[in-house]
Amino acid sequence: MRYAYYPGCSLHATAIEYNLSAKAVAKHLGLDLWEIPEWNCCGASAAHNTDHLLALALPARNLALAEKEGLDVAVPCAACFNRLRAAEAAARESEKMRVRLAEIIEMDYRASNRARAFLDIMVNEVGLQAIETMVVKPLTGLKVAAYYGCLLVRPPKITAFDDPEDPQTLDKLITSLGGTAVPWACKTECCSASLSLPRTDMGLKMVYEILRHAKEAGADCLVTACPLCMSNLDMRQAGVEARYNVKLGLPVFYFTELMGIAFGYAPKDLGVPRHFVNPIPLLEAREILRHPATRREQG
Amino acid sequence: MKERLELAATLNRDRELLDRVQRASGVSVKDCYQCGKCSAGCPAAFAMDYTPRQVIRLLQLGMVGEALKSHTIWVCAHCQTCYTRCPKEVDLPRLMEALRQEAKKAGFIAEKNIDIFDRAFLSSVERYGRVHEMGMMIQFNLQSLQPFKDALLAPPMLLNRKLNILPEKIKDGGAVKRIFAKVRAGNQGGDEH
Ligand code: SF4
Ligand code: SF4
Repeated sequence: MRYAYYPGCSLHATAIEYNLSAKAVAKHLGLDLWEIPEWNCCGASAAHNTDHLLALALPARNLALAEKEGLDVAVPCAACFNRLRAAEAAARESEKMRVRLAEIIEMDYRASNRARAFLDIMVNEVGLQAIETMVVKPLTGLKVAAYYGCLLVRPPKITAFDDPEDPQTLDKLITSLGGTAVPWACKTECCSASLSLPRTDMGLKMVYEILRHAKEAGADCLVTACPLCMSNLDMRQAGVEARYNVKLGLPVFYFTELMGIAFGYAPKDLGVPRHFVNPIPLLEAREILRHPATRREQG
Repeated sequence: MKERLELAATLNRDRELLDRVQRASGVSVKDCYQCGKCSAGCPAAFAMDYTPRQVIRLLQLGMVGEALKSHTIWVCAHCQTCYTRCPKEVDLPRLMEALRQEAKKAGFIAEKNIDIFDRAFLSSVERYGRVHEMGMMIQFNLQSLQPFKDALLAPPMLLNRKLNILPEKIKDGGAVKRIFAKVRAGNQGGDEH
């Protein structure tokens, strides 16, 4: 299986561990990723707050570069995925828009390829069975709240991925890695995304609601597929604890990190120790890392 | 009688503006039957002055200026919950986006820091082709006059190589700069998109 790979800006900076772990598990499962050369930023929310056409043209350039190679695009970042899908849909819906976009990006663009969420590719193309056979350090005893956030599942017409109110993809993945996915209420609640920078007060409240529900559901960690969600839930967790005077102590993982750990990679090769809420004590307490399997070196 | 006349005058004045917003967003405000489902599930409603349902009501009543001045159109997180649940498929996030763009043109910026953030982000993208998170955060902090905002987060991020000191600049032969330029030129020419 070969895909064009669009990491997006976050995976080259704040979400460096998502990039490391996504590439490691892709290689492990025989997925061939071709990183789009000289890819550009999708524009994120700043572009669509500012100009609709700009918000479509920026992602379209990346889609067109992959289309030239005849490849679908694997996108780990849920926010980028949403923007790429929106551009694709706009070009498919209106021939006038497609022509306009092609003219702006100065490239032929037929909207013949698709952006796929990395999670979607893992679970629905590689498949849970293939993933299960790779598990050497099962996540036994780890109680995980699967957090999907907004942009992976909404709006369903654009993302066409799982149920927008009660999605199951991440939950099933956790189960096949040997962990326990706890049922909880905030799977698709909004974490405030990039608003947490200009309006930190809003962000802290929204993040608090999510973390509090995860804790009350008995989870000892969360798993996500989005760098924006990660930075809000992980980086701002200490701020939430201070403001609401609570102790949460909930590590947050990218799903690719949990896959890598279950496949036997050392957490440091996946970038896991870079998190703000250190997940290593939890992994040690559940004796996941001590499981008698050989350690894999990253090639 | 007098009140009715005033209402009619407001309607006329804002008619053109409303048409523009409806065209840009693809939303027809008449579609909304005010059930309130959007507001009930909106995760940002606690920070809004008008709920999402009320914003549509303002537009239905022709009070477009009031909507443009609201905080709501800025603090909407574009989470798409309302659009996903609306029984009439009213694309509220697109409507908020169109209102925000009109508000900027009219000089109504109820949430200055959100606007500064968006501009800092896009100027980084225009310059480098990618967003340089550290440069963007510094620019945001300086322009929003809070130089030490989140300063405690920076050292661990640098230590963990989560922030790059230097931007990544792509070699696209100026393609991204031209995307920005063409979109701007199109807007000045008054094109619809
Ligand atoms: S859910 Fe839809 S129809 Fe109901 S009030 Fe909101 S926008 Fe109007
Ligand atoms: S898209 Fe905006 S208005 Fe709609 S539910 Fe989300 S935050 Fe509220």
